[in-house]
Amino acid sequence: MTTAEKYVTAAYCVVFALVLLYVVIIALKLQRLEREVDELALEREAEADDEREPLHVG
Amino acid sequence: MARIPLAALAAASLVLVSTALAFVFFVAPNDADQGFSQRIFYFHVSIAFTAYACFIGGAWKALRHLWKRDPAADLESYVGVHQGVIFGSLVLLTGSIWAKISWGHWWLWSENQLVLFLVLFLFYCAYFMLRYSLDDGPQRANMSAVYALFGVVLIPVSFLAIRLAQRFIHPVVFTRHGPNFHGWILVTYCVSQAAMLVLAYTLYRVELAGKRLDRRLRDLRRAYA
Repeated sequence: MTTAEKYVTAAYCVVFALVLLYVVIIALKLQRLEREVDELALEREAEADDEREPLHVG
Repeated sequence: MARIPLAALAAASLVLVSTALAFVFFVAPNDADQGFSQRIFYFHVSIAFTAYACFIGGAWKALRHLWKRDPAADLESYVGVHQGVIFGSLVLLTGSIWAKISWGHWWLWSENQLVLFLVLFLFYCAYFMLRYSLDDGPQRANMSAVYALFGVVLIPVSFLAIRLAQRFIHPVVFTRHGPNFHGWILVTYCVSQAAMLVLAYTLYRVELAGKRLDRRLRDLRRAYA
């Protein structure tokens, strides 16, 4: 591999790596959002259970 | 206006970037002067114009925020500027690599084009410092919009710097008479430019979707608190 080829490869790898890093950061953020939505849904379910009238049997 | 689905945009980005890479490495001929190393040009210049487009898009949304009071414009302006900074950092990195192989230096402070692009990049980096130093609300949105609009003035200065300079070594690829290249080099450049613009728009839409989701979630938490 010539020096020019090494530098050209490095330039294109830098572009690829930075775009990939960006995608990973966005993916991590989406994971966090998904977790927060689940937490919120669980909290709402728990609150709904507390608000529900107790059922009298017998 | 109907929005293009994100999946279609992602697929178009993948196809265009793959085609551009194939053109760069298998179709475009070696440059008579610089040889193989000139192939950095296709992505470097495309990314530079994409960064300018992102900053202009961010400024346009900032104007819409100030002028029309469009409630979505502030977030769109922020994401546009963010994309511009990402593509701007890629311009500096690929440019440095190209400079090293062509001129023997990673950076030359004597080159107006390089220094003015760095000034533009740092100006927009400071946008985030301003934005995050203020509390969320109309004041932050207004100040960020004004700052984003000021920055757009630097774009023509950065672009024209090379034409105004008396002596330079940075190549001029676009003159008053059109591009300084033709044939497969021009075709490869056009494909690369289209690929970078579509990629930037896809990333913009992905980030915007994430930011909107984040904001809605915060509003929901506040409503339930």
